[in-house]
Amino acid sequence: MAEGNKVTLHGAWPSPYYHRVKMALKVKGIAYEYVEEDLMNKSPTLLKHNPVHKKIPVLVHNGKPICESLVILEYIDETWKDGPKLLPQDPYKRAQIRFWVNFLHEQVFEALYSIIKTDGETQEKALQGLHEKLQVLEEGLKKFFPDCSKPVVSENVGMLEIVVTSILGNYKAQQDVLGLKVIDSEKTPLVFSWVAALVDLPAVKETLPPYEQYVPFLNFMRQTFLKPPTA
Amino acid sequence: MAEEIKLRVHGAWPSPYYHRVKLALKVKGIDYEYVEEDLRNKSQLLLQINPVHKKVPVLVHNGKPIAESLVILEYIDETWKDGPKLLPQDPYNRAQVRFWVSFLQQLFDAIVLALTTDAEAQEKSLKEVTEKLNVLEDGMKNNSFPDHWNQIVESENLGLLDIVICSMLGNYKAFEEVLGIKLIDLDTTPLVFSWVKALIDLPLVKQTLPPYEKYVPFLKYFRQVAFKSSKA
Repeated sequence: MAEGNKVTLHGAWPSPYYHRVKMALKVKGIAYEYVEEDLMNKSPTLLKHNPVHKKIPVLVHNGKPICESLVILEYIDETWKDGPKLLPQDPYKRAQIRFWVNFLHEQVFEALYSIIKTDGETQEKALQGLHEKLQVLEEGLKKFFPDCSKPVVSENVGMLEIVVTSILGNYKAQQDVLGLKVIDSEKTPLVFSWVAALVDLPAVKETLPPYEQYVPFLNFMRQTFLKPPTA
Repeated sequence: MAEEIKLRVHGAWPSPYYHRVKLALKVKGIDYEYVEEDLRNKSQLLLQINPVHKKVPVLVHNGKPIAESLVILEYIDETWKDGPKLLPQDPYNRAQVRFWVSFLQQLFDAIVLALTTDAEAQEKSLKEVTEKLNVLEDGMKNNSFPDHWNQIVESENLGLLDIVICSMLGNYKAFEEVLGIKLIDLDTTPLVFSWVKALIDLPLVKQTLPPYEKYVPFLKYFRQVAFKSSKA
């Protein structure tokens, strides 16, 4: 072992927030020990490392815990300076990426999650909401990332690609479970082709849970949310 | 005129998000042109430079707009490298600052929710506010908090965390007046309270935050508008 550089990651296999960190560590080529947490029975170590939120993911680097997926991604980029960068060097470009990462994290994720948790008219409204947000993303991509229409290469998996695939990368499983189009290739062709190309990259493919594993999980999650509250 | 004004900030005097940018630019000693937006009648320019959210603040540097207050603050720190730093140098300390800033946003969301609801919904959000303030207090007590707030009194070199806390709790008296409850005090949240008090006594902060007499009627109006629109 070269130097004392112990990295442990606490996660849970279905969590999109965990997927972000898993992908970032893969892109950077960082070795780590993985601890799968049972979210119904959280380990004392997890509760010690994240007393504020008691959530995963938590990255522990040389004994010091870092929580919140986006905070972890910035930490990884600032600590492991060799190899691919998760954020560009230029401050304006960094600001643009952080802006869109926030938009995805705060608005797109919530909209998508609403669709999974609801049905009937509520779901229809939520779906409309998601498509509106994806249309905003479409316009944003056109203006700020004109090279999204070019074929995607592995080197380009940065923070934005990591966050978008953590949210929309499982679109096929989501569409099959929900019976609706999560990303509409006609309304948002750029978003669709970008995500479709990204999910084929090794860093993404090897991170996101396989379709056969994710479908039953989504079904279970949806059933849990749709169950009427017991008297 | 020495040179063209290359930095502009679009804001609105009551917006705590705008206060963050105002404070950061003051700490860094950066000059800029200010455009006050009427949020009930947003300028065409604002809608053009922030088409996604249509909100303030927006920083425009050399013609290029940056929106979202925290994104703006990181941009300011990365662009104007001389003078006081808003974030520490060490990556782990930076992560701690970013973590608590993110937590503070959740606290503020609960405060705003309490402001714009009543009855049971308000009770629920006030409970959440108290819980989160206690977590903040514990975080400071247990040293999992980047602590340098006792240094700022001499230097006025506020960091990102100081700025964010100022923007949220600097006007705590006005919020307490409108909500009819105590948010922070020396008995229940001594560390948070001392920190906020130290900050709001600084001339730099006094010059930035709107005065109590102006903010109370604004918060009352904000609450009214929220009720009207929820009944519409």
